[in-house]
Amino acid sequence: MKYLDEYRDADGARQYAREIARVTTRPWNIMEVCGGQTHSILKFGLDQLLPEGVTLIHGPGCPVCVTPLELIDQALEIAARPNTIFCSFGDMLRVPGSAADLLSVKAASGDVRIVYSPLDAVKIAAENPASEVVFFAVGFETTAPATAMSVYQAARKGLGNFSILVSHVLVPPAMEALLSSPQCRVQGFLAAGHVCAVMGCAEYEPIAAKYHVPIVVTGFEPLDILQGVFMCVSQLEEGRAEVENQYARAVRQTGNQPAQELIRQVFTVVPRKWRGVGEIPQSGLGLRDAYAGFDAAKKFGLSRHTVEEPADCLSGLVLQGRIKPPECPAYGKRCTPEHPLGATMVSSEGACAAYYRYRGLAAVKAACETQ
Amino acid sequence: MCLAIPGKVTSIEGDDPIWRTGKVDFGGILKEVSLAYVPEVKIGDYVIVHVGFALSRVDESEAKQVFEYLREMEELSGFKEGGP
Amino acid sequence: MADSLEFTGACPIPIQQYPRILLAHGGGGKLMHQLVEKMFLKGFGHPSPRAQHDSAVLTMPAGRLAFTTDSYVVQPLIFPGGDIGSMSVFGTVNDLAMSGARALHLSAGFILEEGLPMETLWRIVCSMRAAADRCGVQIVTGDTKVVDKGRGDGLFINTAGIGVLEHPLLISPDSVRAGDAILVSGDLGRHGIAIMSVREGLGFEATLQSDSAPVAAPILEMLAAGIEIHCLRDLTRGGLASTLNEIAQAASLRLCLEDQLIPVRDDVHAACEMLGLDPLLVACEGRFAAFVAPRDAARALAILQRSQAGAARIGEVAAEMPAVVALQTALGPSRILEMPSGEQLPRIC
Repeated sequence: MKYLDEYRDADGARQYAREIARVTTRPWNIMEVCGGQTHSILKFGLDQLLPEGVTLIHGPGCPVCVTPLELIDQALEIAARPNTIFCSFGDMLRVPGSAADLLSVKAASGDVRIVYSPLDAVKIAAENPASEVVFFAVGFETTAPATAMSVYQAARKGLGNFSILVSHVLVPPAMEALLSSPQCRVQGFLAAGHVCAVMGCAEYEPIAAKYHVPIVVTGFEPLDILQGVFMCVSQLEEGRAEVENQYARAVRQTGNQPAQELIRQVFTVVPRKWRGVGEIPQSGLGLRDAYAGFDAAKKFGLSRHTVEEPADCLSGLVLQGRIKPPECPAYGKRCTPEHPLGATMVSSEGACAAYYRYRGLAAVKAACETQ
Repeated sequence: MCLAIPGKVTSIEGDDPIWRTGKVDFGGILKEVSLAYVPEVKIGDYVIVHVGFALSRVDESEAKQVFEYLREMEELSGFKEGGP
Repeated sequence: MADSLEFTGACPIPIQQYPRILLAHGGGGKLMHQLVEKMFLKGFGHPSPRAQHDSAVLTMPAGRLAFTTDSYVVQPLIFPGGDIGSMSVFGTVNDLAMSGARALHLSAGFILEEGLPMETLWRIVCSMRAAADRCGVQIVTGDTKVVDKGRGDGLFINTAGIGVLEHPLLISPDSVRAGDAILVSGDLGRHGIAIMSVREGLGFEATLQSDSAPVAAPILEMLAAGIEIHCLRDLTRGGLASTLNEIAQAASLRLCLEDQLIPVRDDVHAACEMLGLDPLLVACEGRFAAFVAPRDAARALAILQRSQAGAARIGEVAAEMPAVVALQTALGPSRILEMPSGEQLPRIC
């Protein structure tokens, strides 16, 4: 595929790896923010190409993983309602709530459907006027324009039976929350390229300046990630802390303005709880009052209870980059993709599942040996 | 977090930007995609698609940058080591 | 093959009268007899109602026999490149072929959902007959039940098959040895992606067709050529990753694969990129993995490639433990190819 396969070239990857080794003089901890990048890193073994001291820390950029337990429980509550079609991206189906997951609700005769796009859910709503159709709107800034458009189009079409359960989150407040923690080990960031394709690069400038961290907006293919690491290490070695754009083929400085406009029109910034991390101020999107009729939580009068997360799941520390998955005592033992304790073991973008899948036993063995 | 892949716009339907859609070809797989957020896109352009929405047009000259950067570094380091 | 054409003609059950399956079609009365006689016996080539005993009586050749059963559940019932009927014949013939057996006889059990269009059933029965003719087997016995509307997915089929082994080898994971070459019989993942392309909410346009097909011919040819086959396994649910992990564990040996050697068509690759799936975990319906002695690998590959151009040698069996599947990525590093956990769900965000 054009613009994909050429960025997986083995020679280019080896060259970038050599260049990274050449400019690295001491150890550096770099966080790739996005779960999609984590997936590529482990799938292609990119971390194995890096010099000894350069460590990649897997960040919180997996919407499936950070969606709080309360919202999963609300999703389960809605999906179990009679006469309701609950639409979701595939990766949310296995995420455990406090008692069950969407797959078990489906098994118990809930109508749960996997969709590719929020617009597919709008289409289902138009075709099933007698049913309530609810879309589980998870995702970062990349996905927000799609959700915003689904609500906007549903409003224009007057689809009163369509609503969304919103769990949208924003990246920059989460990066700030990480950086302001005293335990933060992160020295540089690979920012999420597709988030920036929507939002642009400007909102990262104050973060780079305030915390003196280099931030490189990075793509998702092996050569993108390796070039991003090279640019980040170069900045660290030279003592710079700038926002640079490795992914300029898709990311403009100002982002996608029509998308930003519709996000602003439909959503407003709200505080949001992140699974395993806690509440982060100004880190989420909620529907504006004008679109309150499309808010499933309001429409179905869902309870706003708080739920305790399982104590032996350290996914919060994993999401903050404070531990690697195999360092969690439950990893691979009480917590596996078949029986996940936390969402990071569920989503194939989740650091724990990606680790389990692509490193498997080898990672556990290696972790044991180094301890 | 956001699985988005490049594909080529092969046809466009609709004039109202909100409802404008296009068929995008991903290596032989055709999918209808909303073009609402990329009003500038024409047939033949490559776009980055996420959950059924084109979010950005692929900039052809910037796309070569990853490889040019590599070539420049090679020349530079070759130069440092005393030339090829 | 030729005479199967006549069975693609009009549905023999009077459609105006019974356009859909009724509960009575499984009730043991007149309607059921009409269905069995006109649909199944005619479709499967037993024109005489005398064939309607409780069991088929067969004369089998001497020697080792292979016996297998499998149930078929697929949505939609008719998909690009195949349908549940042909799949239920090929699948069981292929299962027999995995022990190197030549299939002779099949049984077919139908669980019909009340309301299934009679035309759909006839189309599937015709497809089963054509598939059976293509494989040189006969459907010799069967059963029909009808379940209430909403209690079945249109149609489920179970087939069982008996075949004969005409070779002396023990084809099993126990026979896998360090150094064996690992071959696959064609490109991977077409069936799973073809099914996905017509799913509501995920659908996309593709020229892609399922790989559902019989695979016995190249296996019998390899056996006739004296190739030392150690193990065969068809790549159905869970794809290559699932199958090879099963064999690695059963044989207690490590399998080493090279990602770049594994054949995946561009459109399958593209669909997987779009949906966030791994082609190595996507189901096939007409592909198998073969473990053969290294000295025979080139000849075996030539036979496989004559049958399916995409066939490839993808790796070898190593001696070391642990018993895992190691995959060398296109960029050089290796990783473990894990046993998939549950159905692969499209990964979108």
